[in-house]
Amino acid sequence: MAAELHVALVAADREVWSGEATLVVARTTSGDIGVMPGHQPLLGVLESGPVTIRTSDGGTVVAAVHGGFISFADNKLSLLAEIAELSDEIDVQRAERELERAKAEGDAAAERRADVRLRAATAR
Amino acid sequence: MGAQLRVYKRRIRSVTATKKITKAMEMIAASRVVKAQRKVAASTPYAQELTRAVTAVGTGSNTKHPLTTQAETVVRSAVLLLTSDRGLAGAFNSSAIKTAEKLTERLEREGKEVEIYIVGRRGVAHYNFRERKITESWGGFTDQPTYADAKKVAAPLIEAIEKDTAEGGVDELHIVFTEFVSMMTQTALDDRLLPLSLEDVAKEAAPQGEILPLYDFEPSAEDVLDALLPRYVESRIYNALLQSAASKHAATRRAMKSATDNAGDLITSLSRLANAARQAEITQEISEIVGGSAALADASAGSDR
Repeated sequence: MAAELHVALVAADREVWSGEATLVVARTTSGDIGVMPGHQPLLGVLESGPVTIRTSDGGTVVAAVHGGFISFADNKLSLLAEIAELSDEIDVQRAERELERAKAEGDAAAERRADVRLRAATAR
Repeated sequence: MGAQLRVYKRRIRSVTATKKITKAMEMIAASRVVKAQRKVAASTPYAQELTRAVTAVGTGSNTKHPLTTQAETVVRSAVLLLTSDRGLAGAFNSSAIKTAEKLTERLEREGKEVEIYIVGRRGVAHYNFRERKITESWGGFTDQPTYADAKKVAAPLIEAIEKDTAEGGVDELHIVFTEFVSMMTQTALDDRLLPLSLEDVAKEAAPQGEILPLYDFEPSAEDVLDALLPRYVESRIYNALLQSAASKHAATRRAMKSATDNAGDLITSLSRLANAARQAEITQEISEIVGGSAALADASAGSDR
């Protein structure tokens, strides 16, 4: 059996996804980071961005994560986010509308949020 | 129908209507308690992971942060009071307010200035009525608080604590909320939220003395702590908001249950009175008829003679 790590993707108000995975790629403030089983204990600050989880059954889970942390120890990886959405939960049309509105209003934070959602939704 | 009987009938009708309303409110509150409890449970994994992470940074490095450093002399403290927007919840709001008053008194005795922050219109009304100063207040979400609401509440508090005391910042933050112990018990309590004692957090995260691994910090321990602590405070406030909401619904349920019971008792005693009044009326009518016919009999017997 290939080495696995246990992933828990937790938002402030619910557990979004949890399961076994072989690789997790997330974006920290100092760049993208890939975590595989046996990685050194790690605690990092996440940027807004898509998180890719390669599950042990060969599938891929993509989620849009807005702010939060990644922590890894003992082959357990937790992704803590204030807001996290799985790619198939994202309403593409709504995100597009929001992107346009944010652009019109010049709201940089909302624009980035909408952009991350769209990128996560298209990456699935 | 006699006047007395009519009055009783009318009162019974009005109490019955009230009973229906309180019964409905009781059932609504009961379903909301369950929902609020579920929300508390759903927020637990995040809070747990966050606590673990804070402990990891706290024990793995000697980083100093304004949110964890104890001021040498505390000049000003902030008190965050969580009440509800709506009443009809028994002693829920008054006991939270009373706890806050006691805390304020204690802090003032210690020579600290107290700034009060309030969530919920009930608390705001209480302080406004007494013309006391409120630094900041929020309302409109106490029944179903979201994480965004907690962030909204936490932002000015964190800002105040990071500011220098000389410029109007505060040195410590206390929170007063109602802890949801069980369906029957909710207790108002106060807790010092900031400055955070990392030892206490560590105890909470690993009560069995579990040793945390040595983490690699990305980008650096300071930056991680910088990002982590405000989130931790937000999550604590979120948890307090959720518990307050659950407690409020439980208190409402209990208050409405006793109101329903009282209305039932009232209906029983009023129907007894109404029955007695009706019986008295009948008795009187009968005696009037009997008296009338006897008088008639007497009169006709007299004319016969």
